[in-house]
Amino acid sequence: MDVNVLLFKFSLLLYLVATVMYLLAVVSNKSSEDRRGRTALALAFAVHTITLVVRFVSAGYTPVTNLHESLSFFAWALAGTFLLVDRRLHMVVLAAATSTIVLVLMLLGSVLPIQTQNLKPALNSFWLPVHVGFAFLGDAVFTVAFVAAVFYLLQERMLKSKKFSALYYRLPSLDTLDTLNYRCLTFGFPLMTLGIITGAVWAEEAWGTYWSWDPKETWALITWFLYAALLHGRLTTGWRGRRAAILAIVGFLFLLFTFLGVNLLLPGLHSYASMSG
Amino acid sequence: MDIIVVGLSHKTAPVAVREQVAFAPENMEQPLQQLLQLPDVREAVIVSTCNRVELYAVGNDVAAVAAQLRTFLAQWHGLEEQSLAEHLYVKHGEEAIRHVFNVTSSLDSMVIGEPQILGQIKTAYGYAAEHKTVGLILNRFLHKAFSVAKRVRTETNIAGNAVSVSFAAVELARKIFGTIEGKTVMLVGAGEMCELAAKHFVNNGVTRVLVTNRTFARAEKLAEQFDGQPVLFENFRDHLHQVDIVLSSTGATSFIITPEQVSAALRQRKNRPMFFIDIAVPRDIDPRVNDINNIYLYDVDDLQGVVNANLKEREKEAHLAREIIEHEIGQFKSWMAGLDVVPTIVALRRKVEQLRNSELDKTFANLKHLSDADRKAVTAMANALVNKILHQPTQVLKQQQLNGGAQAYVDALQTLFALEVDAPQGKMKEIERD
Repeated sequence: MDVNVLLFKFSLLLYLVATVMYLLAVVSNKSSEDRRGRTALALAFAVHTITLVVRFVSAGYTPVTNLHESLSFFAWALAGTFLLVDRRLHMVVLAAATSTIVLVLMLLGSVLPIQTQNLKPALNSFWLPVHVGFAFLGDAVFTVAFVAAVFYLLQERMLKSKKFSALYYRLPSLDTLDTLNYRCLTFGFPLMTLGIITGAVWAEEAWGTYWSWDPKETWALITWFLYAALLHGRLTTGWRGRRAAILAIVGFLFLLFTFLGVNLLLPGLHSYASMSG
Repeated sequence: MDIIVVGLSHKTAPVAVREQVAFAPENMEQPLQQLLQLPDVREAVIVSTCNRVELYAVGNDVAAVAAQLRTFLAQWHGLEEQSLAEHLYVKHGEEAIRHVFNVTSSLDSMVIGEPQILGQIKTAYGYAAEHKTVGLILNRFLHKAFSVAKRVRTETNIAGNAVSVSFAAVELARKIFGTIEGKTVMLVGAGEMCELAAKHFVNNGVTRVLVTNRTFARAEKLAEQFDGQPVLFENFRDHLHQVDIVLSSTGATSFIITPEQVSAALRQRKNRPMFFIDIAVPRDIDPRVNDINNIYLYDVDDLQGVVNANLKEREKEAHLAREIIEHEIGQFKSWMAGLDVVPTIVALRRKVEQLRNSELDKTFANLKHLSDADRKAVTAMANALVNKILHQPTQVLKQQQLNGGAQAYVDALQTLFALEVDAPQGKMKEIERD
């Protein structure tokens, strides 16, 4: 087996271990399981980083050129973002949910063609890592916002209806979740903006036009407007709590469609990262 | 040596029975001394709280000790032994250890996780220590029970969630605001419960208190108590937007806070969340207020519901606590086993007899001319020597076990004779350090 494949499978396995540990920690409420999950996730991220570096060296380009590579890179960015968030604000439910998402991304990535191929000439550019890097980092940060928003809504529901499930006792305060949502927005939005701008600059260089209303561009712009509206609402009229959480979830759904839906359903200039690669 | 527990608790006896067998704290010496005078009881502790009365004792003959404790309990309180018997439980050995660990860890309490019981058992132990009715075993046993309780408290969430209505309100506020430090509370009306809840909030970091009352003088008086600011009842609604937490308990017969007023206040404070606690009956705050985004309204029943949910959660944590307790029981049991001198005596005898046999064999191998009668005489002499040598140490060990000082002798013997003892011994040191 190719060393690329081997490393990928190994990091997938470590993510699985981390997810199981975190889920056990949520169920049992034991800090020992939580610590084990943390160690496993950090280890998984380290191995995954090596995986990407090895792939970069062996293929000679940044590994974000087909759907397998994109999923793997997205998972890596999400795990890394989460580890950063986790250092400031540790919450076991957030850890369990995020590592589950990472695991799903990795599993999806593992069923797709995994071999490196020759780089398409159009992608052979300095802008490839820059544009895709910003875009996926932004996506990763918004994914964390999405998780925080889901937990916000669950807890808000419980506090309003006064019916408390076991999850209630594991969740951080509404304010913590809302603040996390806001922080993610303030980091994710500039990253996403940079992703779009660098994409436009690259498009001008490669295709001769900044903007060509390719489906990916259109959906990215719609998603950008959604997050812009949320940020604006937050800063000016005090949108917060439930409404902000719902918008963060809607924004994430658009983001997912921009990433996966467009690739799989709508052919266009960005169709490198489709099933066939 | 065994530990025996005889007693009753809220689980086995109604308060009418419990109050009859309670011991007065000002007179503990007499009953403690009397317990120690029972023929088979070597150490004793009396635990007496409003929810339980228990006698802890140490003795060799479990059945005899249990019977004597039962009779003592009945006679001391002038009760029929038979009428008391149906409420009493008798536990010994591992079961007794588990029971006492459960009690000190507050798993056997009426409200699981309540913190008072540990202090009560410590007090009971204090009386026994003062009147010298505890020896090696109960000393070690109760100290172990205290450290188990501490472990349970720190390693599980058994005392984690509020089980009183006013503290549940503070916890809910924390769930909403993250921290209540620097938040503002408004008291509307001045019920006793309102005041209590306000105290909890202030003790937990609320810095600003507004007080309003139909009688302004009362508002002023209460405000003074919290270092707060009195507000005229006629215009308290104008201050709502500055307030994060509203505690309401007026005697009003209709709603005094409406959704419209709350929405207006919320707009003024840019949707920052608000928490309304309505302790009044009939209610002060229109329940529709709860339907507004970022507003949370709890009435007395809701708070009681939170307390009930918290109690259920504590019961789940009790499961983790029981795992800890099982582990600690194992440790304590091996310490108890180490106290037993019999395995050491057996090992010592085996060792010396082995030496005798090997030396006799060597001697007879060199002295082949000896007649059978001579051989018998030499063997008899060797046997006598063994028995004479072993007699005194065996007696001393048995005596020391009764006095509770055997461990030093057991250790010394094992070292001096390099004994291999069958029963577990190794945990002694570990337990000692707790």
